[in-house]
Amino acid sequence: MSRLSDTNIKLAHEIIVRYPRPKSALIPLLHLSQEQNGYITREAMQHLGELVGVTSAEVYGTASFYEMFKFEPVGKYLINICGTMSCALMGANELMHHAEKKLGVKAGGTTPDGVFTLAHAECQAACTEAPTLQVNYRYRLRVTPADLDRLIDNLRDGKLNDEFPPHGVLSKVRQSIDATRAVGAKAPEDVNESPAWLDGKAAL
Amino acid sequence: MSKTYVHAPGFVAGDRPKIVTSRFEFADSYTLERYLATDGYKGLRAALSRPANEIHEDVKSATVLGRGGAGFPAGTKWGLTPQQVWPRYLVVNGDESEPGTYKDRLLMERDPHQLIEGCLIACYAAGLSQCFLYIRGEMAVAQERVVTALNEAYVAGYIGKNILGSKFSVDIILHWGAGAYVVGEETALIESLEGNRGMPRLKPPFFPAANGLYGQPTIVNNVETLANLPWLLTHGVAAYTAIGTKTSPGTRMVAVSGHVKRPGVYEIINGTTTFRDLIYGEEFSGGIRNGNLLKAFVPGGGSAPWFTEDQLDLPFEASQVGPAGSMLGSGAVMVMDETTDIPAAALTLTHFYAHESCGKCTPCREGGTWLERILRRVVEGDGTDADLQQLLEVGAMICPGAFPHAANEKLGLTAVPFPYKMTTICFVGPSAYAPVHSALTLFRSEFEARVKKRVTIPVTAVAGVAANARVSA
Repeated sequence: MSRLSDTNIKLAHEIIVRYPRPKSALIPLLHLSQEQNGYITREAMQHLGELVGVTSAEVYGTASFYEMFKFEPVGKYLINICGTMSCALMGANELMHHAEKKLGVKAGGTTPDGVFTLAHAECQAACTEAPTLQVNYRYRLRVTPADLDRLIDNLRDGKLNDEFPPHGVLSKVRQSIDATRAVGAKAPEDVNESPAWLDGKAAL
Repeated sequence: MSKTYVHAPGFVAGDRPKIVTSRFEFADSYTLERYLATDGYKGLRAALSRPANEIHEDVKSATVLGRGGAGFPAGTKWGLTPQQVWPRYLVVNGDESEPGTYKDRLLMERDPHQLIEGCLIACYAAGLSQCFLYIRGEMAVAQERVVTALNEAYVAGYIGKNILGSKFSVDIILHWGAGAYVVGEETALIESLEGNRGMPRLKPPFFPAANGLYGQPTIVNNVETLANLPWLLTHGVAAYTAIGTKTSPGTRMVAVSGHVKRPGVYEIINGTTTFRDLIYGEEFSGGIRNGNLLKAFVPGGGSAPWFTEDQLDLPFEASQVGPAGSMLGSGAVMVMDETTDIPAAALTLTHFYAHESCGKCTPCREGGTWLERILRRVVEGDGTDADLQQLLEVGAMICPGAFPHAANEKLGLTAVPFPYKMTTICFVGPSAYAPVHSALTLFRSEFEARVKKRVTIPVTAVAGVAANARVSA
């Protein structure tokens, strides 16, 4: 079952109509699919291709470009340890070695119980708070080896379920646009006039 | 007096003018309620009370510089769209991922309504009929804050049909990426938004303002750039240009990271604040950690050629930093103290850019990878003299001719000014070379020490030292 569920198909259509061209919705839909299944399957790509009107090869072409899309199952918690300059200057490599020892896997590996995947990540945009890591793309800052041990234990014990949803879930809130408020997207070829407010007068 | 807030880790406030961080002191700064209580959406109302072209003129005469890296004035960019071609789009670049940089993430997490208001003002002024707000995929909390703000603003009538009851109507669509540094380049961002692999488009001849999203005129603006607009419209051009210098007015956000006493993100006065202020100033980073000496610093994000203490007194002014051999880029200073292993530090950056190459241009795809491999073997102790020469030769394939670098009194070097020539479409390739070139130019002796002395342990350990170590472990 890796095609989108009925609920998610409804969401997918809501997302698609926001764009002047359906293919623009592809990355958001890939995220939706990854949220549902934890990773991107072949069947899912086939389905997304049907939804936006491209081949599954095109879906894979796009999806495979982006780091966040996984084509094999990953752990419930993806731990990305930043290793770019500011973090490296503040001990990121040492933190990675510690994490590898603690989890018993090397960077890129998943623990046998399927709970954790450990990965080396590039700059996470929290450089002043180095070294940093993200669990399912949510931050932990100025992480010491002891912090990391505690974090892993707490995640394993389910104590942080509220803060860290399972891998695949990004924003816990979705955009919702009321039909009465939406302007609506039109294909560019269907728009030939200048916007109404460019009439040389104040809009209000 | 400097202040930090638990709810905004990394941000350091000071007694300076605040244009984009004025609400960071409030724990609930991201809510509509707080936003409205602190002059929120006043700039939009001010804008809509005047004809659109006047607002465009305001942004032009205030010289609001792009904060994404290139520093191109936003008002001028808006004016590059061809006449009478519709529709035009606004694409917001929130794909912040330049090493050392973060300010857009804070602006999105802490004050999403300010960004939304900025988008609305831009759409109104430049006649853009739909806005796509592209947020980096790895920023789950920023996405949550911006989505929540968008939902609130739609309900409250600030976005959508007939905004504030006027004839101005525009949708803002949240879009989010999936992990690709190169998508921060504006044409790659557009490709990604069209649902494709995020590879930059060949330009010139066509820049996005003429031929962008779906082949239509498209303005791509950085988050911080747009976040300036509500304040500008609320307080006026004169108040804005009164801060900073004539060519670099206003403020800008700068992150100082690495070996300083207090790393932080600061909103600084543009044009006059110097690197010395930032690194040593008490209201900023307070000097190097443990009283150590400064070895080098990256002045403008991982792509920028490095500076040393000789350049500390340069201000945040592009017209001075360029001739000195580097760039201000995205507002990120990374500081290395005397304990830093320079070749290893350069490797972290070269690895980054080699990893992030999209593969479209051969010099970057192949050259970046070779730079990383050669540098790695030098760092690991397997390099040779010839490797150091080879690094420069590979670099010259990406950036032919003299590569910018800083002056250095001790080494007797004079500056080679920015920019460089490049054989690639975008800056990822040259960025892989910049750290290698800077490190080799300014710290050649560290590389020579690496290639002259073997550091790896042979297969059979001499005198049993390694074997003993293994037994005791």
